[in-house]
Amino acid sequence: MAERVFVGLPKRLVKVSIDGQEMDVLEGATILDACRQLRIDTPTLCQLETLTPVNVCRVCVVEVEGSRVLVPACSRTVEAGMKIQTDSERVRHSRRLVLELLASSVDMSLCSPQVHGWMRRYGATPERFGENVATVAQPVKIDNDLYVRDYSRCILCYKCVEACGADAQNTFAIGVAGRGFDAHIATEFTAPLPESACVYCGNCIGVCPTGALMFKSEYDMRQAGTWDESQQTVTETVCPYCGVGCMLELHVQDNSIVKVTSPLDHSVTEGHLCVKGRFGFEFVQRRRG
Amino acid sequence: MFGAGGGTSSYREAEETNLVILWGSNARETHPIFFHHLLRGVRNGARLVAVDPRRTSSAQWADVWLGIDVGSDIALANAMARVIIHAGLANKEFIERATTGYEEFARCVEAYTLEVAEKETGVPADAIRDVALEYARAERAMICWTLGITEHHNATDNVLALINLALLTGKVGRYGCGLNPLRGQNNVQGGGDMGAIPARLPGFQDLQEPDIHAKFSRAWGGAQFPDKKGYHLSEMFDAMEHGELTAAYIVGENPARSEADQTRAVRLLGGLEHLVVQDIFLTQTAELAHVVLPATAGWAESDGTVTNSERRVQRVRRALEPPVGARDDLEIIGELARRLGCDWGRPTAEQVWDECRELSPMHAGMSYARLDELGGIQWPCPDESHPGTQFLHARLWKDPVEGMPAPFHAVEHDPPVDRLTKDFPIRLTTGRRLDSFNTGVQSNQYSSPLRKREALLISPADGERLGIHDGERVLASSRRGSVEVPIRFDESLRPGLAFLTLHFPDQVATNVLTIDATDPKSGTAEFKASAIRIEKLPAGIRT
Repeated sequence: MAERVFVGLPKRLVKVSIDGQEMDVLEGATILDACRQLRIDTPTLCQLETLTPVNVCRVCVVEVEGSRVLVPACSRTVEAGMKIQTDSERVRHSRRLVLELLASSVDMSLCSPQVHGWMRRYGATPERFGENVATVAQPVKIDNDLYVRDYSRCILCYKCVEACGADAQNTFAIGVAGRGFDAHIATEFTAPLPESACVYCGNCIGVCPTGALMFKSEYDMRQAGTWDESQQTVTETVCPYCGVGCMLELHVQDNSIVKVTSPLDHSVTEGHLCVKGRFGFEFVQRRRG
Repeated sequence: MFGAGGGTSSYREAEETNLVILWGSNARETHPIFFHHLLRGVRNGARLVAVDPRRTSSAQWADVWLGIDVGSDIALANAMARVIIHAGLANKEFIERATTGYEEFARCVEAYTLEVAEKETGVPADAIRDVALEYARAERAMICWTLGITEHHNATDNVLALINLALLTGKVGRYGCGLNPLRGQNNVQGGGDMGAIPARLPGFQDLQEPDIHAKFSRAWGGAQFPDKKGYHLSEMFDAMEHGELTAAYIVGENPARSEADQTRAVRLLGGLEHLVVQDIFLTQTAELAHVVLPATAGWAESDGTVTNSERRVQRVRRALEPPVGARDDLEIIGELARRLGCDWGRPTAEQVWDECRELSPMHAGMSYARLDELGGIQWPCPDESHPGTQFLHARLWKDPVEGMPAPFHAVEHDPPVDRLTKDFPIRLTTGRRLDSFNTGVQSNQYSSPLRKREALLISPADGERLGIHDGERVLASSRRGSVEVPIRFDESLRPGLAFLTLHFPDQVATNVLTIDATDPKSGTAEFKASAIRIEKLPAGIRT
């Protein structure tokens, strides 16, 4: 009864060395993939398995023998004979500086504990640039009932743009406007979301690593001081709307759904949802009176 | 299809095919995450053809849009088949080895010349020919459809016409090829798989087959089953009309708003001697009931499984404590059984599922542990070492073919029942919007920035012809009733075509207009094709 299952064309193995360790990696894999295979914890901010690498944050850089500059591990594919250093002084210095520059101008307090761990590991001290240095601080944008945009927290990783664009949603409601320090994520003509092309899938929130994009429900609870992840459960279930069968992760606090995400590694959604799956859960809350 | 009622392909295959024909489906809005897979296919170089009366947001992504007249799908499919046969592109070897009924089918489609098809469908002959040749020549091609095919009085024939195209060209049973109904509601697939079809038992097993009958009878303590086939939904309403059906137990459905010809549906439901409604809300149907059984929300307040449009059985899990008084469907059914004199104990969802696995061979290998581990499993999965089935009907390519060959069905074009006449000159079709769902019971409770008030969408040209301005309230009437409704101009509609959703029955009772002409085989009503007229309201009422 077993049917033919398409697994793609066979791939060759490539020999590389990472921090002196010889290994075989599948052709086409990135240096980051290889590092992960060796369980070398590599910092990343703009990289996500489901998105095309855009090489903007530079925090994953490694040293490759023969290369004049450091190379981004997230996008550079392995080549036979590559000799890679992931923890040289040059790599550590570069990673530290990237984290310091970002954290001095952007509020990174809501980044994952992992990011704070990298800050400690590389000895990042953003304060050393002084107080009131160049900053992106600005008021939170609240223009609809579903999610807020707090660009004080935006590190310009482009993930939201990629998820809204060709990598998933293909709506293209947002892009990067401005150049240099003025670069920022914007809708067309900086219109409020309800006047933009946005379809409220929330796939930008799903990929945001800093909390710049946030469910209104989470934002309101944080403002009220009631948001408490230690009191939350996460349960996997299936969206109740159409027949596609998107996997949902329901984040529940005090018997209320406080946000909805989807697993990155599930073949149906790859982490992405539509507006109904992401926000259409109110009907189960309201019957609790 | 051909013995297995499910989509043949996996979503992933849409990413690696060469051509997708999206037929009567606005997947961009109704199945947005499937459309992500499809768009990846497009970005990988696949061509996309949209067959739809409306130039939908899906059609805007298409290389080719065939703006077909509502209800002329068979004329289009048959004409495409004729083009393929005449061009010598029929897959003779596949037809010979793996199908039956080709000769009769070929004779039938011979009458559907491009000229005939252009007249019946409104699609230019050249466009029909080009799409037919493209489909036949593609190495891999998929046809995907939704309610634009099935909400017609001849729904089953429509589906058969699409199946014919795949058989004619050998575009089924191979990776990246297939026939895929995108299920409109969560677990429509699972409901059918579990036997919520007259005369079917779990796993599509036929109640009327003696072996099957005996197997279930043994498992269920010698239970006897009725020997005649049950009613499907539309037949139930007919039976109510004739006084044959006097009591109903409705679980999680709102027919007082979702049925076509709503006035009749409400009258019949209201006239029942006994109506029990089990739901998570006091729906308009529940308001008509003698007994209401408050239930838990299946996807967030109880455990179980559902099945999606790629035949993937997936776990749903309890994340919330249900409101006081609401009980799990399983518990309610168990209590009902106890009151009726059968003690089924208090099985967990997993125990019920394990019983299903024992009785339904296609689910046998799907333990809860495996469903958790693999993120769901696609049926058939006959044993615990089986990975699940990525696409169906590979058997048709085996040498010799395994199982029964796949039959062609000669089907004829039959236009919508609600004819367009001088008095009712405009074709009304219905559908969904991205942020809403069916009668809005669930979706109208969250605050969507996309939501607009319901309006009757017409083409700007029709507005001009009728002397109606954008936003004006009008009277829309069909042969069954009238509703007052604001007009909104919509460039995606051609002259003569109007559009409403069913999402806001309190704003616009769309189903007062729709016709309950139903497909005798599937019981689906012709929601997609009503004939209406649009009249200006007397001065003073207009806004």
